[in-house]
Amino acid sequence: MLTYLARRVMIAIPTLILISIFVFALQKMLPGDPVLALAGDDRDPETLARLRELYHLNDPIWMQYLQWVKNALQGDLGRSIRTGLPVSDMIAQKLPVTIQLAVMSMIFAAAIGIPAGIISAVKKGTITDYAANVIALSGLSIPNFWLGIMLILLVSVKWRLLPASGYVPLSEDPVQSIRTMLMPAFVLGTALAASLMRHTRSAMLGVLRQDYVRTARAKGLAERRVIMHHAFRNALTPVVTLMALLFGELIAGAVLTEQIFTIPGFGKMVVDAVFNRDYAVVQAVVLVTALGFILMNLLADLAYVALNPRLRTG
Amino acid sequence: MNIRRTLLLAALLGTSAMAAQAQTLRIGLESDPDALDPDKSRTFVGRIVFTALCDKLIDVTPDLKLVPQLATEWSVSEDGKTVDMTLREGVVFHDGTPFDGEAVKANIERSQTLEDSVRKSEVSSITEVEVVDPTHVRLRLSAPDAPLLAQLADRSGMMMSPAAFDDDFSAQPVCSGPFKFKNRVAQDKIELEKFADYWNADQIKVDAVSYLPIPDSTVRLANLQSGDLDLINRLAATDVEAVKSAGNLKYERADGLGYQGITFNTNNGAKADNPFGQDPKLRQALSLAIDRNAINQVVFAGLNAPASQFVPAVSPFFDPAYPVPERDVEKAKALLAEAGIEGGIDLELQFPNRPESQQVVQMIQAMAAEAGINITLTAKEFATMLADQAAGDFQASQVGWSGRIDPDGNIYGFVTTGGGFNDGKYSNPEIDRILGEARAVSDEAARKDLYKQANQILQTDLPLFYLYNEAWLYGVSDKVAGFTPSPDGMIRLEGVSLSE
Repeated sequence: MLTYLARRVMIAIPTLILISIFVFALQKMLPGDPVLALAGDDRDPETLARLRELYHLNDPIWMQYLQWVKNALQGDLGRSIRTGLPVSDMIAQKLPVTIQLAVMSMIFAAAIGIPAGIISAVKKGTITDYAANVIALSGLSIPNFWLGIMLILLVSVKWRLLPASGYVPLSEDPVQSIRTMLMPAFVLGTALAASLMRHTRSAMLGVLRQDYVRTARAKGLAERRVIMHHAFRNALTPVVTLMALLFGELIAGAVLTEQIFTIPGFGKMVVDAVFNRDYAVVQAVVLVTALGFILMNLLADLAYVALNPRLRTG
Repeated sequence: MNIRRTLLLAALLGTSAMAAQAQTLRIGLESDPDALDPDKSRTFVGRIVFTALCDKLIDVTPDLKLVPQLATEWSVSEDGKTVDMTLREGVVFHDGTPFDGEAVKANIERSQTLEDSVRKSEVSSITEVEVVDPTHVRLRLSAPDAPLLAQLADRSGMMMSPAAFDDDFSAQPVCSGPFKFKNRVAQDKIELEKFADYWNADQIKVDAVSYLPIPDSTVRLANLQSGDLDLINRLAATDVEAVKSAGNLKYERADGLGYQGITFNTNNGAKADNPFGQDPKLRQALSLAIDRNAINQVVFAGLNAPASQFVPAVSPFFDPAYPVPERDVEKAKALLAEAGIEGGIDLELQFPNRPESQQVVQMIQAMAAEAGINITLTAKEFATMLADQAAGDFQASQVGWSGRIDPDGNIYGFVTTGGGFNDGKYSNPEIDRILGEARAVSDEAARKDLYKQANQILQTDLPLFYLYNEAWLYGVSDKVAGFTPSPDGMIRLEGVSLSE
């Protein structure tokens, strides 16, 4: 098990290096630079030239990249050119927000998607199955920004039940914090619920045809027990993989949803940073996101082992 | 006796209840400010936050007069090379450091010398700050600099506590304004709280203020409607009706100093070599083909002000001889014929990929077609557009400027040879001379005359022409009283109160 873990970590390192080079190069391919992107108000050429010099923007790209790597290895992710704040502080502020949103969205997604998937598999071909499918598909098809704005107009403006947007840290006021996150988590969750439901359904359909399920039924077990203990547990593996991947995506930030509900998470930060050509911020967010993805994949692999005893040895 | 005691108790309970309920004014901005350091700041929204955080030497009234803030009086010497300032007494910075002549000296020197200061060019004429005594300073200038006082009414005149000067100033800014810095979460909020020792504290009626960046104007408005914000900046013109019809909201408006227009590439690289870049008659024809009032009505619900010159009508330097031109398609066609154009002519126009800009340029495209000008539109992301503009990779560009109090700030850099914003590289020695002179004289009448001369030339040459002045539109909760919008777009909090 330990060697397995160690091998996975070793594989992660070149992945991270490749990602960072790729993203750095992509950013440099964009026209404009941070000095100009901020220059809406002040475009004095002498100032621009001086700032470019100061931020080493005239150095060759590979030199800029190596400088970044050197600092990053020492734990210094640089400073945002726009706000002048250390990038590591910005990430420390936003990571908890993003994780909270991701967890809450996942709860919504799982609470809707998994039961819907099980029910539609068990009731395959009935009206319940079709209804669940329609609901799942609409969750996938309705654009997040539209659903978000509609929810704000209905729940916040008309009924005044929840705050329209903004964010309160969990540590400051847990109740208010959860209240501000309910709508965005719901919007994100419904979109994810659809794919979870489809995957749960097909995994369940596959498992329900297996011999051991027939055996369980033949033993005279209650149908509920057959479905939950014998079928569902075995259908979980692909569902867990998907959840891990979806969670990784959530960590990368939900750009539109964060923008609409003005949640200060990764998505909003990275979009603003790209528009401002704030290279250090983009690099750092991508790095953390990539780490998150790798970690999630690792957790998914460990979860297989926990779910499937056959994998425990070997 | 009993009644008196009850009353006293009631009064005590009342005050304690009030004290417990800190009043926070929540303001929605259109984007997140950049560094909260007046020497490094480059964004418009940053200036809005500084209005509450950092007092300046000089302030501006809604009719663009310079009035005292930290400097109570000032005078410019006969030769224009010395500015004497008397400073307000009893002012302290948020960290308790007293504000005095030494602080002024330290601040101006920081603006001039800090490595990444973006204020250097604004205060470059100051050769020495002489501290006469704690309440008097004398600025010695290398040459007369008429726009300097207006610069001191903006970020160059913002006074920071010298005790707080260091690299991390923007993480923990310390100034002397009515509110002091409390907390900032990037892209989320900037929180300020009332500064008890402010010299004008009686005028400050709220306990705290938060600025929340919300880029989407629909969402900004929804937050105002739901009561999560008290005041929003940059209300969309199309949302004004919604605000007016809501029972609990008000709308406020002020004519702005900024403009939107079309800049031509007259002299920057190979792309300048096109008929519009070379012949002013074609530029005049395009300008005449455009119905500025129609654009204002259709895209902005009539709320902006159609424009014809580099200063808005509210400015004392506005020249009534050049009103907004009426659309005249026949004259436009005649000008094209005069220029020897037959059977139509093509023009490439780039614009920033924002919905409003897109609507504006599409209207221009349709109107110009009637005069025989075929416009090809290219939408670009803003930073890309500016980069292309600076590189000369454009024929014409729909671009604007946020505007400055002093007319110099709206024109000098845009049309003088080598000017910082002169992306079309227009060059005319006569314009260089006139605008240079207008910087050096401080007599307002003489300056007006010079700007009039410049305007005459520019209205014929048209290296750029103007479409409209942007108005500042605000949505305000009816709980807010005492808010007065201003042409500089700043949200001043003196006298602003919040009721429950």
